[in-house]
Amino acid sequence: MTTPEPHSGNVWPIWEVFVRSSRGLSHVHAGSLHAPDAAMALRNARDLYTRRNEGVSIWVVPADAIASSDPDAKGAFFESPQGKDYRHATYYTKSEGVKHL
Amino acid sequence: MSTPETTETAALAEETAGHGDISVGVAGSSNSGEATASATRITPGNALRPEDIALAVSRGTAKPSEDAAELALRLGDDALILAQRLGHWISRAPELEEDIALGNIALDQLGHARSFLSYAGGLDGRSEDDLAYFRREHEFRSVELFEQPNGDFAVTIARQFVVSYYQFELYRRLAQSTDATLAGIAAKAVKEVDYHRDHSAQWVLRLAHGTEESRTRMIHGFKVIWPYVDELFRDDELTARLSESGVAVQPSSLRADFDRLTGEVLAEAELDVPQVPAAPGGGRRGFHSEHLGYLLAEMQVLAREFPGASW
Repeated sequence: MTTPEPHSGNVWPIWEVFVRSSRGLSHVHAGSLHAPDAAMALRNARDLYTRRNEGVSIWVVPADAIASSDPDAKGAFFESPQGKDYRHATYYTKSEGVKHL
Repeated sequence: MSTPETTETAALAEETAGHGDISVGVAGSSNSGEATASATRITPGNALRPEDIALAVSRGTAKPSEDAAELALRLGDDALILAQRLGHWISRAPELEEDIALGNIALDQLGHARSFLSYAGGLDGRSEDDLAYFRREHEFRSVELFEQPNGDFAVTIARQFVVSYYQFELYRRLAQSTDATLAGIAAKAVKEVDYHRDHSAQWVLRLAHGTEESRTRMIHGFKVIWPYVDELFRDDELTARLSESGVAVQPSSLRADFDRLTGEVLAEAELDVPQVPAAPGGGRRGFHSEHLGYLLAEMQVLAREFPGASW
């Protein structure tokens, strides 16, 4: 157990919580919480997001460490692949003689 | 034991058998990826529940000896009184997250209380509710520490810190009991109490190393709580008999580990072990401080006003 860095100020920072379910999948964003530091954030995440056996592993990330895409840039960011069927495997016909594809 | 949940879990296990770690998802869910973090996934596991003990008691497959019942009453009362105290913090804790943390600990303690009391009642056919709601103050067997008022957050943390480290040593050994039911309750409880230890130790460190005010309050909290530590480790005729029959070790034998482990945390927090005279105690014989009566009045009023009420 290491002594935590004291957090000054009256408002605890926000942390984003990612929980890996017991079924061998990726960590999934579960929600967010306030905590004074990383160690307490993990414990709060355990108390808030794994109350019903939801997980076997937790990540907490300071919310301000996450860079996110701009919701207003939807067109430029996410609409480009529309209509580009050739980016999907189903666009192509299977060559004769290829098995197990 | 075949509740709807367990059959569902069994069915799910069967359904996913042979897929290794890759699950095919919960039956009926549209998308297995969606189901991973679902709040509606019921996976209760197969831990020993108070209901199982009550059932075993009513069927006569589990019946405590007189001494084991008295021990179960003591430990059940400790946990019940503390759960009631901690419940008071819900909506009053310094932060929402801490509301839930203390609420979780309260629920864990309440679960232990229900198991112990269900078992204790097996001696004379009383239910957990009979024992919790229809006994009078002098019939409670909890020690004085557990009924101490919450005080401020630091006092509550000091009380929880002492309780958790004591209960951990107690349950760790009780899990080896010759009494199978007590061993089962303790084996489940010890994992939960281990987390309670961590929670309170983390807060002791943070309050002690926080601001000048938080440190002052933490020191005060320990000063208020420490007089009640001594009573936890007192042996009596009952514990001597239990120790001989291998049901439970003598409380005094837990003291060395308790002192060592709490001492480590206190040293890291740069706090001294308070040098205060021990309170007289007497809870195991039904002698309580002035605080318990008020607590019981609040806890028992509904059940006594409307016997048999359910919701």
